[in-house]
Amino acid sequence: MSKSNVSMTVRQLNDKHSCVDIHGEVNAFAENALMDAYAQATSGGAHTIILNFSGLEYMNSSGIGLLITLLIRASRQKHQLRAVGLSEHYRQIFELTRLNEAIGIYSTETEALAL
Amino acid sequence: MTTPTPNTPQPRDSGNWAQSVDKLKATGIPSSALNLNVDGKHLTGPLKGFGQMWQKTYSVRLSGATVTPAEVIKVWKAEFPNFWPKGNRFYAPLTSIEPGEVAVLNLSVPGGPPVTAISTGIMVIYADDVSFTFMTPEGHPLAGMITFSAHEDEGATVAQVQALIRPNDPMFEMMFRLGVGHKGEDEFWQATLRSLAARFGVSGQPQQRTMLVDPRVQWSEAKNIWHNAAIRTALYMPVAMVKKVFKRGG
Repeated sequence: MSKSNVSMTVRQLNDKHSCVDIHGEVNAFAENALMDAYAQATSGGAHTIILNFSGLEYMNSSGIGLLITLLIRASRQKHQLRAVGLSEHYRQIFELTRLNEAIGIYSTETEALAL
Repeated sequence: MTTPTPNTPQPRDSGNWAQSVDKLKATGIPSSALNLNVDGKHLTGPLKGFGQMWQKTYSVRLSGATVTPAEVIKVWKAEFPNFWPKGNRFYAPLTSIEPGEVAVLNLSVPGGPPVTAISTGIMVIYADDVSFTFMTPEGHPLAGMITFSAHEDEGATVAQVQALIRPNDPMFEMMFRLGVGHKGEDEFWQATLRSLAARFGVSGQPQQRTMLVDPRVQWSEAKNIWHNAAIRTALYMPVAMVKKVFKRGG
C-alpha cells in the first residue's frame, strides 16, 4: 500500500530553468514522485532546477536522504539545484544536514533566476 | 528541536529534528567511555566525505512477533547499546535517544579483539515514533546518515537500518575498496538486527540491498584524514597507558 502523500508539479520557467513545486510530505515514499519530477524538469534542456518548498508540510530524515540522492544525480548530469520557499524551520534542517552547502537557498524564485 | 518562529504555525515534524549545531559536545557520558574525537568536531554527512557514496539497507522481518513498528522503535531506542556486536560500545546520555543528543562510540576492529580501536561519536539528528537517525562527525570512518526504522509489510513488522555513507577520508576509502570496510559494516548491522529480532523472540535472517549512489570520490575532502579517529585513537592509547601506570605508581 503506497503511503505517498506528496504532489509535485513542474513548470518550465525559460530554456535554462525549471521549477518543481513540492506539496505535501517528503519522506521515503516520495522517491518516485521526486525523481519523475526531476526527469520532467530536465527533459526540455533546463540545467538549473529550482525546488519550491513553499508547499512542504512535513519532511523526515528519509526525505533529506532523497534530496541528497537527487543532488548527486543532478550533479552527475551537470545540473544545478536551487531551493526557494523554505521556512525558517526547514532552513535550519538544511543547515543541520549541511545540504545548504550544496543547494543554493534563495528567498524568491526571481532571486534564484537572477544568478 | 529547531527554533520556532513566533506566530508561524509549526510543521508536524518540528519536534522531531535537532537544532543546527556548529560543533559537537558530548555531555553526560559515563566515565568508563573513551571519549575522544567528538568534542569540537563538526557534523559531516554524506555530502562531505571523501569516498564513493553508498546506500546500504539492512532489514529483518519480525515474523511471528506481535509487535507494532512503534513498539519496536521504543525498545530499540531504550536498549540501543544492547544490540551492538560484542566489543563495540555506544555511550549515550542517560536521557536516551532524543534529537540533539550526542553519543560516544568505542569501536573495535571487525573480526579483531574486543578492544577499542576507534573512539568517535554520533549526533541524533531526527527521531519520531517509528524511526531515528544519526549523523556522524569529522573523523568517524564514515561521513553520513544512518536511519533506524520499523514499518509494516504484508502482515509483519520489519526492522530496518539504512545508511547513506561515504568513507570519510582516503584511508577509510581504501578499506572499503579492499572489501574490508564493506564486510565490517555489513556484519555489524546484520548482527545488530539479529540481536534485535532475538529480543522479540524471532530468529530472523537480515536481508541487504546495496546501491552505489555516487562512484566519484571528492578529492577536496582528502584533507579529512587530519581528523581520522582511528589514527588519533591509536596515537592516544600509548599516552593513556603511560598515564595509567603513573597513576597507579603515584
